[in-house]
Amino acid sequence: MTAASNTADALAPPAASVPSLKKRLRRAEMRKKLLYGALILPLAVFLLVAFVWPIASLLTRSIDNPEVHDNLPHTLRELKAWDGEGMPPAAVFTAFAAELESAKGSPAIAEIAKRLNREETGYRSLIMKTARKLPLPADTDVPSALTEIDARWGEAETWRAIRRSGGATTPFYLLAAIDRSIDTHGNIVTAPPEEAVYVNVLMRTFWMSLIVTGLCLVLGFPVAYLMAKLATKQSNMLMFFVLLPFWTSVLVRVAAWIILLQNEGLINKVLMAIGLTDGPLQLLFNRVGVYVAMVHILLPFMVLPLYSVMKGISPVYVRAAVSLGCPPFKSFWKVYFPQTLPGIGAGALLVFIMCMGYYITPALLGSPQEQMVSYFIAFYTNQTINWGMAAALSAVLLGATLVLYMVYARYLGPTRVKLVKPR
Amino acid sequence: MKMKLSRTLIQSAVAAAALTLAGTALADVTVISFGGANQKAQDKAFYGPFAASKGGSVTPGEYNGEQAKIKAMVEAGNVTWDVVEVESPELLRGCEEGLYEKLDYSKIGAKSEFLPKTVSDCGVGIFVWSTALAYNADKLKTAPTSWADFWDVKKFPGKRGLRKGAKYTLEFALLADGVKPADVYKVLGTKEGVERAFKKLDQIKGDIQWWEAGAQPPQLLASGDVVMSSVYNGRIAAAQKEGKNLKIVWNGSIYDVDSWAIPKGSPKRDEAYRFIKFASQPENQRVFSAEIPYGPTNAKAVSGMDPKIAAELPTAPENLKGAFATDTEFWVEHGEDLEQRFNAWAAR
Repeated sequence: MTAASNTADALAPPAASVPSLKKRLRRAEMRKKLLYGALILPLAVFLLVAFVWPIASLLTRSIDNPEVHDNLPHTLRELKAWDGEGMPPAAVFTAFAAELESAKGSPAIAEIAKRLNREETGYRSLIMKTARKLPLPADTDVPSALTEIDARWGEAETWRAIRRSGGATTPFYLLAAIDRSIDTHGNIVTAPPEEAVYVNVLMRTFWMSLIVTGLCLVLGFPVAYLMAKLATKQSNMLMFFVLLPFWTSVLVRVAAWIILLQNEGLINKVLMAIGLTDGPLQLLFNRVGVYVAMVHILLPFMVLPLYSVMKGISPVYVRAAVSLGCPPFKSFWKVYFPQTLPGIGAGALLVFIMCMGYYITPALLGSPQEQMVSYFIAFYTNQTINWGMAAALSAVLLGATLVLYMVYARYLGPTRVKLVKPR
Repeated sequence: MKMKLSRTLIQSAVAAAALTLAGTALADVTVISFGGANQKAQDKAFYGPFAASKGGSVTPGEYNGEQAKIKAMVEAGNVTWDVVEVESPELLRGCEEGLYEKLDYSKIGAKSEFLPKTVSDCGVGIFVWSTALAYNADKLKTAPTSWADFWDVKKFPGKRGLRKGAKYTLEFALLADGVKPADVYKVLGTKEGVERAFKKLDQIKGDIQWWEAGAQPPQLLASGDVVMSSVYNGRIAAAQKEGKNLKIVWNGSIYDVDSWAIPKGSPKRDEAYRFIKFASQPENQRVFSAEIPYGPTNAKAVSGMDPKIAAELPTAPENLKGAFATDTEFWVEHGEDLEQRFNAWAAR
């Protein structure tokens, strides 16, 4: 090390009162980096505090499992020695009765009961009932006394359920979010068909997002094209109409669609007046209504990136193609269209990702068959206060979206679009 | 230094003024209810008179019964809701989980003044309400009389409204399938009973229009979007007052008690107690029942009531025939499981 620096010194020009050019350059670059860093620091801190940290802490809730782990530590320690077959040793019963007694009357007992009830419906009242009968009289045989309170304390399965739910973390919620669970022997099993719901809902979320993105592209492309071709004055006018919906709240727009689409609504009345249909069409509380409203709300997010890309495409290329004898449509398809791909990619990605998290529109305009993942996240957050489940569903949705984004970035990202081979 | 001194002076003066004010003027209580016609009636019967009696002013608010916000407030130690209207399963669960204060009845009144089962550790009953079958008498020639008729799509063609959720929906399905009111929860507690309820629901799945807010079914009935619907009985009375010809079938209705509860750690506990005590007085409960036909919980309120109003209440003896109370314990225990199962069924 010293040898190397010695040689470097030897090679450097003598009388180095002025720092070397290299050093000055490095220093200048460092200063620039610090400046850039300082410029983005406020945003970085803001994102960290308001975005990254809440998301991370939410996601940890999907594996967090403190209820039994924190409230029955002795019982769990005693259960460790048990092989899972036959009845657990008497020490387990004694520790359990003592801990349940001390938890009695405090919120801890409700936490234990609620968590165990998720393992098997009925355990909640088992815990509550048992706690009510405690403390046991002195000098009783604890195992038989507990079994007398409820026969389920005499079953190995009850104790296995306690042990199963006793980890500091649990895959329970994440597995449930993809319709899986762990059976009594520790194997991962699929939920019975009458209880399975989330895989279907996730597929539905993807499918509906895909349809809405496609519709937005089909409807938005011609508009963006027209805007890019028109004179500034007219295109500004069009732009105004594209941006107009942004000034109305989503809720108001959804409510407006309810009024338009309902059985006695404007659209059905017009259709019947001009004799196209005899009775009112069912346009609300099914997929049609949800698609119509979502496309309406998300269309600007497709038009704007398309327009910004199209505006930058020089008309010279198409003119050149036509002048060389290429038919108009072919020249559009072969020369113009490939240049809009970055815009299509950006618009589609934006619309698709926004669709994935849609909640209010399907909730108000759809039937239960139209609800997407976020409906169930809201359900668990607000209705049942099962935040573990809500976090797990969020994690699955986030994971699926990230995977999709990576696939997009790998195969369709702006830098990858090279359909026109350079010659 | 001088500035600092004057600032401390001002601060202490403000603090002293606040202290003296707190002694005389009364802080206001934030009371959260389910909104709509129910909140309007509460305003007339409780909030307005409470302020007029110099008890303190009321800041009303509304929610849909979600416990998430209360849980978040209590956990963060920043409770801004002082009195909340809660349904019975949420009350029981919230009481066990420490979301609500255990009430000191010496500050409210003797438990014996209330009807049995309307008072508990954490909640004082406000009123008895009912979920019943209702229909639009202008659109239906023959009146339905039971949930079996609700399921009879041949005799009564058209869409039917039900609340989106397992609670009540499963009970109604079992009633339609011929289960006696007294046995509903016994049957629903078994695996076969749950299967039976969902199988019955399968029969009319395509004919159901789901609703979520209590204000929806009267609108759906009035517009003719549904021919009959499950409803909160008070909302139908409000629609009748507006001239809509909607009728209630009390047979097979399920009643429940809504209660006042104080979120744990509310800084205005004393004011909250004062408000609850005021709202539990028989004369105030009578005003409430006259506004919206929900039955009073104070035993004395029932006796002095206008017989015409009393006949419209879920607690009227005539209306109680074929009706039964919701099993709170059952829903606290099986709620999560059955709602999940219901979601899976409805989403298919």
